[in-house]
Amino acid sequence: TLCRRYSSQDARTVTLIPGDGIGPEISAAVQQIFSAAQVPISWEAVDVTPVKGPDGKFRIPPKAIESMNKNKLGLKGPLATPIGKGHPSLNLALRKEFSLYANVRPCKSVEGYETVYKDVDLVTIRENTEGEYSGIEHIIVDGVVQSIKLITEQASRRVAEFAFEYAKLNGRDMVTAVHKANIMRMSDGLFLKCCRAAAEKHKDIKFNEMYLDTVCLNMVQDPSQFDVLVMPNLYGDILSDLCAGLIGGLGVTPSGNIGENGAAIFESVHGTAPDIAGQDKANPTALLLSAVMMLRHMGLTEHARKIEKACFETIREGNVRTADLGGSSKCSEYTQEICRKVEAMD
Amino acid sequence: APTVRAQYGGRHTVTLMAGDGVGPELMGHVKQVFRYAGVPVDFEEIRLDREHNDSEAFRQALLAVKRNGTALKGSVETGIDSPTGSLNAQLRTELDLFASVIKVQSIPGVQTRHDNIDVVIIRENTEGEYSNLEHENVPGVVESLKIITAAKSTRIARYAFNYAVEHGRKKVTAVHKANIMKLGDGLFLECCRKVSEEFPQIEFESMIIDNCSMQMVSRPQQFDVMVLPNLYGNIVGNIAAGLTGGQGVVPGMNIGENYAIFESGTRNSGRSIAGKDIANPAAMLLASADLLEHIGLKSHSELIRDAVIKVIVEDKIHTPDLGGQATTVQVVQAVIGHVREKTKQ
Ligand SMILES: Nc1ncnc2c1ncn2[C@@H]1O[C@H](COP(=O)(O)OP(=O)(O)OP(=O)(O)O)[C@@H](O)[C@H]1O
Ligand SMILES: Nc1ncnc2c1ncn2[C@@H]1O[C@H](COP(=O)(O)OP(=O)(O)OP(=O)(O)O)[C@@H](O)[C@H]1O
Ligand SMILES: [Mg+2]
Ligand SMILES: [Mg+2]
Repeated sequence: TLCRRYSSQDARTVTLIPGDGIGPEISAAVQQIFSAAQVPISWEAVDVTPVKGPDGKFRIPPKAIESMNKNKLGLKGPLATPIGKGHPSLNLALRKEFSLYANVRPCKSVEGYETVYKDVDLVTIRENTEGEYSGIEHIIVDGVVQSIKLITEQASRRVAEFAFEYAKLNGRDMVTAVHKANIMRMSDGLFLKCCRAAAEKHKDIKFNEMYLDTVCLNMVQDPSQFDVLVMPNLYGDILSDLCAGLIGGLGVTPSGNIGENGAAIFESVHGTAPDIAGQDKANPTALLLSAVMMLRHMGLTEHARKIEKACFETIREGNVRTADLGGSSKCSEYTQEICRKVEAMD
Repeated sequence: APTVRAQYGGRHTVTLMAGDGVGPELMGHVKQVFRYAGVPVDFEEIRLDREHNDSEAFRQALLAVKRNGTALKGSVETGIDSPTGSLNAQLRTELDLFASVIKVQSIPGVQTRHDNIDVVIIRENTEGEYSNLEHENVPGVVESLKIITAAKSTRIARYAFNYAVEHGRKKVTAVHKANIMKLGDGLFLECCRKVSEEFPQIEFESMIIDNCSMQMVSRPQQFDVMVLPNLYGNIVGNIAAGLTGGQGVVPGMNIGENYAIFESGTRNSGRSIAGKDIANPAAMLLASADLLEHIGLKSHSELIRDAVIKVIVEDKIHTPDLGGQATTVQVVQAVIGHVREKTKQ
C-alpha cells in the first residue's frame, strides 16, 4: 500500500534535513511544536551538503542516504542550489535517489491571511519523474531544438493510482485529471487513459477530466470547484505554483514528495531567504504544515489536527504573526504561541 | 499592413467558419450586427466542424482563407480519439499564422478579483508542443517532441517588440522554462533577448512559467506585453481571461504574413451552452471588430467595438457568465440599439 498506518504507540524516527538559510530556525520551530504536542517521533538530523566522491563527483553524503533508507520518512527545509557549482540540484538528486514519484501540494486558504481568494481548498498531485523533465534535448541542426517529453504507462498509472488513494485517505470526493490530450494526443492521451483506468477501480471517488487551459481559467475564477487534481510533471509545476499564489504564496504552502516503498520527504517549497537568515524573523508555517502532512501520511491524524488547528488559530487571531504575514513577532514568539495552544488543547 | 485583396464594388469578402458549439449562433448575431452597421463585408461560409472534418472540408477551408485573406472562426471540436488531430491547430500551421494575439483588459462593471489588468499575450502559434510529432517507442512509452526554432522564436519576439512600440507599450516579458528545458526554451529566451537589443526603448524582462502563473494570480497588473512559446501562451492566456471576465469576453487573433484568422481568445467551442441563448456574444463581436480593423474598415470596427463595450460597461446587460440574467439575444439587441443610434446621426 502507498501509505502505511502506524499506531501512535511506537515512536518512529524521522530524518530531518534542516537545510540552509532560514532552514535551521524553522526546523527548530517545528521540533519544538512537535514536542509540545507530544508527537511520538524522534528526529535524526542529517546534513546533505554534497561531498566529493572518489570519482571526483559531488553527491549527497552517504550518511544522509543511509538515514533516509532506514527511516523512509524525511522532513526537509529549504536547500540552496548554487548555480554552476559543479553539482546538480540537490532536490533533484533526492527525488531520484528515493524515487519520489508524486509531488503533493495541498492549498487551503489561510483564514486571517487575506488574499483575493478566500475559498481555496484543493490538492495538486504532480507526476514527478518524467514528462518534460526527462532532460532529453537535441540540437537537430543549428537553430532547431527538439525537446522530448516522455510519458510512460507505468509512471502515469502509479501517480493516478496514488491520487485516488490520497483522495480516499484524506476524505476527499473528486479527482480531476488535467491534460492536453486534444493537442498531445498520444502522450497526454496515455496519461489520461491511465487516470481513467484508476477511476474505474475507485468508483467511490468522483472522476473528472479537464483540459489544462480550461483548468487554469476556471481555477482563477472559482477555485472552490476543485478538489484533488492529478497531472503530468510540467502542468503540475505550473498549476501547483498558481494555486499557491491563490492562497498567498509559497510561504504558507506545504508539500510532500511520495516515493516507492512508503518513502516520503515533506518539505517547504519556499527558498532559503538569506536576507533574514539567523535573525529569528522567518515564518515556519510552510514547514510546519509540511510536517503536519507527514503526520497524516503516518496516520497520526489526531496530532496533525491539533497542530494545524493551533497554527491556523494563531494566524487568524492576528496578535502573534511574523512580518511576512503583516505582524511584528519573531519566529520564536510565533512558535511559542502555537506551543501554548497545543498544550492547552487536552 | 493588411494585405490588399480583391474588392468588388468596394466590398470585402471574408471567410466565415462557424465551427461547433455556440459558434453557429454567434455567427448569426455577428452577421446581424454587420447588417445594421452597414459593414461592406460579404461572408463566404465554409463548414468545418465535427460533421465536416474530412480532408476535403479542410482543403476547402484552407483555400477559402487563402482566397479571402481573412476569416472569422468558431472552434472546431476534435475528439481526443479522432484520427485527424486538432483541425484548429492544423489550420494555423498550414496558413503559417505564427502569432496569436490576445488582449486582456479588466472591464469596468464586471465583478472580478483583480482590477486594472491590461496585458497583451503574444503566443508563438505554430510549433513547440503543438508540433504534432509523437510516437510510441515500445508499448506504454510515448515520446512527444517539442520543437523550438531560432527562426520562429525570433519572428515572434520581433512581432512582440514591434507590437509594443506601435501600441505605446513599455515592457515585454518573455516567459519560459529554460532552467529545465535548457536547449529548447533556452533558445527561445536567447532569441527574445537578442531581439530586445534592437528595442532599447522597451524594457525587457524574463520570467519562468511557474513563477509567472503565480504572479498572474497575485499581481497581474505588473504585466504589459508578454511573449511566450505555444503551450505557455495557452496557459497564461487562459489565466488572464479567467481574471477578467472569461471565455465570453476575450477576443483573439491569429496573424501571419499573408492571412489572419479571428476567433475567441480562449478558443472554446462552448458545447455545453450551445442552443440555450445564454452564450456571451461579446468575444466574437469584438473579434469581428478586430477583423474589420485589420482589413482597413476602421470606423465600422470602432462602431461595433464601442457598442459592445457600452452594453457591458454602461448598460450592464450581462449574460450569466458575467453574473447577469440577460440572454444572448438581449445583449445583441442592445448592441444593435447603440449601432443604430450612431448610424442615424
Ligand atoms: N470533443 C470536444 N468536446 C468538447 N470540447 C472540445 C472538444 N474538442 C475541442 N473542444 C474544445 O475546443 C477547444 C479548442 O480545441 P483544439 O483542440 O482545437 O485547441 P486549440 O484551438 O488549438 O486551442 P488551444 O490550444 O489554445 O486550447 C478545446 O480546448 C476544448 O475546450
Ligand atoms: N461565448 C461564451 N459565453 C459564455 N461562456 C462561454 C462562451 N464560450 C465558452 N464559454 C464557457 O466556457 C466553458 C468551456 O467551454 P468548452 O468549449 O471548452 O467546453 P464545453 O463543452 O462548452 O463545456 P464543458 O467544459 O462543460 O465540457 C463552457 O462550458 C462555457 O461555460
Ligand atoms: Mg516550480
Ligand atoms: Mg483550448
